[in-house]
Amino acid sequence: MHELGIAQSVLDAVTVELDSRPGSILKKVGMRIGELAAVDSESLRFSWECLTRETPFEGVALEIECRAWQRRCRPCGLVFAVSNFQTLCPQCGTEETENEGGDELDVAYLELETP
Amino acid sequence: MTKVPVERKVLGENDRIAASLREEFHRRGIFCLNLISSPGAGKTMLLEKTLEGFSRTERVALLTGDIQTDNDAQRLARYGFPVRQITTAGACHLDARMVERHLENWDLGSIGLLLIENVGNLVCPTSYDLGEHAKIVILSVTEGDDKPLKYPGIFHRAELMVLSKIDLLPYVPFDIAAARDNARKVNPEIEILELSNTTGEGLDGWRAWLDQRRRR
Repeated sequence: MHELGIAQSVLDAVTVELDSRPGSILKKVGMRIGELAAVDSESLRFSWECLTRETPFEGVALEIECRAWQRRCRPCGLVFAVSNFQTLCPQCGTEETENEGGDELDVAYLELETP
Repeated sequence: MTKVPVERKVLGENDRIAASLREEFHRRGIFCLNLISSPGAGKTMLLEKTLEGFSRTERVALLTGDIQTDNDAQRLARYGFPVRQITTAGACHLDARMVERHLENWDLGSIGLLLIENVGNLVCPTSYDLGEHAKIVILSVTEGDDKPLKYPGIFHRAELMVLSKIDLLPYVPFDIAAARDNARKVNPEIEILELSNTTGEGLDGWRAWLDQRRRR
């Protein structure tokens, strides 16, 4: 539902990056989205297409890497992906684990044709 | 073709404004909460009950977000505390810039507690930091007890889940224990309260939580 707003923020972030690289042509935007970010990849792609239609960014692909929810075990340090809401450490069985990622919403890289 | 790492948060601009709000709240000793739920879960009524319990000297102010109308601001204004309506005209969430704009020309020095009622929506408000100290998610028992699993983002980020409308439990197939389990699955640290704004059951617990959390 709010993916259009997110797509606009991606566009803003990309525009700022490109301003510092005159002459570069944008080919691809690499994103990282966590499974807890409450952002739907397909809907975001669609919003991006709508926003960039008939602009210099028309046809620029969004490459989205989906990140799993991860927790870190405090006693043993293991970082593990949470599957099926299992937040116990799979190595030592403790409940003492903390969030280590899964809510990312980042522009990770741009693919550019440089002059 | 060159691959250029940029490592930019998509909502970096929102986060920047939220961080400056948070700093200002800290400097002025303002404690701020962001209340999130689906439409009709009882956010406004919980705020009404909260205001009802405050003495007139309480330094509380409210921002209330809706897509249209200032109905909620009118309801909340009856208690004599400063209230401002944020009408988003279509946007399904509040963002930090809207909060910043609606705090303009308010005497922030006279506010100790700022309660923000987000637009009714369990998804979109999740992504937007408003500079609050904590997000609170309200889930009414007329919704489903599996909502925390269906909308994990907000339950993951909320510090407290309020289960509301518990006076209706005899009439709906809502399993309180399952709702608690489901919330803890997506957020093992989440605190949970049960209450009814209609009968008043559990409101003491909410007031105690608020009081204690403000002083932390």
